[in-house]
Amino acid sequence: MGGASLLSALACGVSSSSIGAPPHSFLCPTPNRRRKSRRKVRCAPITAQFELKPPPYPLDSLEPHMSRETLEHHWGRHHRGHVDSLNARIAGTQLEEMELEDVVVASYNKGSPLPPFVHAAQVWNHDFFWRSMEPGGGGKPSGELMGLIERDFGSFERMLKEFKEAASTQFGSGWAWLAYKANRLDVGNAVNPCPSEKDNKLVIAKTPNAVNPLVWDYSPLLAVDVWEVCDFSFLFFLSFFVFFFLKLYSGWQRACTDLPLMFRCKFVLFVQHAYYLDYENRRADYVSIFMEKLVSWDIVSSRLHIATARAAERAREDERRRREDDVEITNREAVEMYVDSDNDSEPE
Amino acid sequence: MGFHLLSPSYCCGYQASPPISHGLLRFRPVTGIPKPSPKGQLHQSRRASKVLAYYGLTTPPYKLDALEPYMSQRTLELHWGKHHRDYVDSLNKQLVKSPLYGHTMEELIKVTYNNGNPLPEFNNAAQVWNHDFFWESMQSGGGKLPQGGVLQQIEKDFDSYSNFRDTFVESAMALFGSGWVWLVLRTEEKKLSVVRTSNAICPLVWGDIPIIGLDMWEHAYYLDYKDDREKYINTFMDNLVSWHAATVRMLRAEAFVNLGEPKIPVA
Repeated sequence: MGGASLLSALACGVSSSSIGAPPHSFLCPTPNRRRKSRRKVRCAPITAQFELKPPPYPLDSLEPHMSRETLEHHWGRHHRGHVDSLNARIAGTQLEEMELEDVVVASYNKGSPLPPFVHAAQVWNHDFFWRSMEPGGGGKPSGELMGLIERDFGSFERMLKEFKEAASTQFGSGWAWLAYKANRLDVGNAVNPCPSEKDNKLVIAKTPNAVNPLVWDYSPLLAVDVWEVCDFSFLFFLSFFVFFFLKLYSGWQRACTDLPLMFRCKFVLFVQHAYYLDYENRRADYVSIFMEKLVSWDIVSSRLHIATARAAERAREDERRRREDDVEITNREAVEMYVDSDNDSEPE
Repeated sequence: MGFHLLSPSYCCGYQASPPISHGLLRFRPVTGIPKPSPKGQLHQSRRASKVLAYYGLTTPPYKLDALEPYMSQRTLELHWGKHHRDYVDSLNKQLVKSPLYGHTMEELIKVTYNNGNPLPEFNNAAQVWNHDFFWESMQSGGGKLPQGGVLQQIEKDFDSYSNFRDTFVESAMALFGSGWVWLVLRTEEKKLSVVRTSNAICPLVWGDIPIIGLDMWEHAYYLDYKDDREKYINTFMDNLVSWHAATVRMLRAEAFVNLGEPKIPVA
């Protein structure tokens, strides 16, 4: 947590618990907060603001699949920009005291998003995205998650294929998601994109710009960022690979100067052409690399666990409410019968 | 209703091929359609009944390194050579199986926009047109001030050129996600205005006439400016925008919109 506390030290007056710290907590600090509240005394008055959380791994640990420069830029500039804009926009409004997820859903405003929405959603999306990855990730999921994937998609390969397709066909900027659909058909806030009687299943969705499945009351499990920024980062990664390869080749060329010129030219053209061919499928390749080498299935499994627990809790709530309603109805019916019998006894 | 400077249509005399009115400043023959042979057209048409391509990729009216240092050759190679070409190829692939046939590009955009419920071909068609328009909206040695009629109209509708410039930059900065920013001549209100659109939408779908367009998709500026969009927009306004093209477009637009009407107050 060294990085996070450093950040909060630098951003004086920013609440380091980041989510909904009410101002009066300063008066009765908890043991954790006491240490930080001393810093607050020296600095500006307490404001409940969101802070930029760093990814749970060092910025260079995802190399060579996602370079440190990419993370520095994507997290350090884009993500940070959204956090700053969000804090600026919600200052002084009632959104200020809400949790980030509540801010996202509230500012979505049933499809007519308010100005803080894009920033809140992008902050949440990027936090989610960084946490969906880990160094040495990839591979296959196991346990309950794998079981559900096989149940809902047929096989892991089919799920991958559908996910890649969703990411590739998202026109413009957006995100591709693997989410767990809750047992609710009417979400109230937005049009449910996958309405069907079959609930409690995994679905793949794609969203434009900053929208995320929270607004449909889904539980997101995995996200991949398909804004063009990511395609370009992947392009830089590819170009590094190609230039490295070309450098090797030129070294070899110096050693074999008696090779015919035609062969050397064709070889270089072939490499360049291959690079351009790669670029054509840049998004598909980027998503493949993400799924094969970066995704953290442990985190996805734990999110699924939370999602299923939440769905089960909701089901129990709904059942309990239905039982209470039933009891109420039967009570009311008794009263009505009493009233009816009174009427019946009176002459018309 | 074309807004390109020249639009020769290429009639190749075959029954099966459509007239391709997508030529611009320079004409590029569509690939895949065989040339007429001296043996006779009847003989050719039997063999050429399968149409291989509908729309072609037109080249920008300048060399790819002409916009340096404001827009690098690398950007143009990727933006035009890959992205724009992808849109053209995808559109042609979609049109093979589609009943939309024989439209001009502008007609195709309006038809596929379908009044707000776009058909699958819309994104590709609109992006092809948008990019053609974008290349022509720029020139080497561009920027500076508009001249003559365009300047007069801007001063009439925005009070001053700097006002218009600020509005344009502000609108572009406020755009979230991918999209375009346009200076359009509104046909109903008969005045110039700045609009921004998302993804592939262009003002043609509302019947307005675009005069200048700026691509705000990340692929347009990311290589040269990373995330410094303000610098990109300012560079476009100061060094790239082609007021010559804007003037020609305004001249054409005046054939459809009467700008000279005096403002008669309603009693």
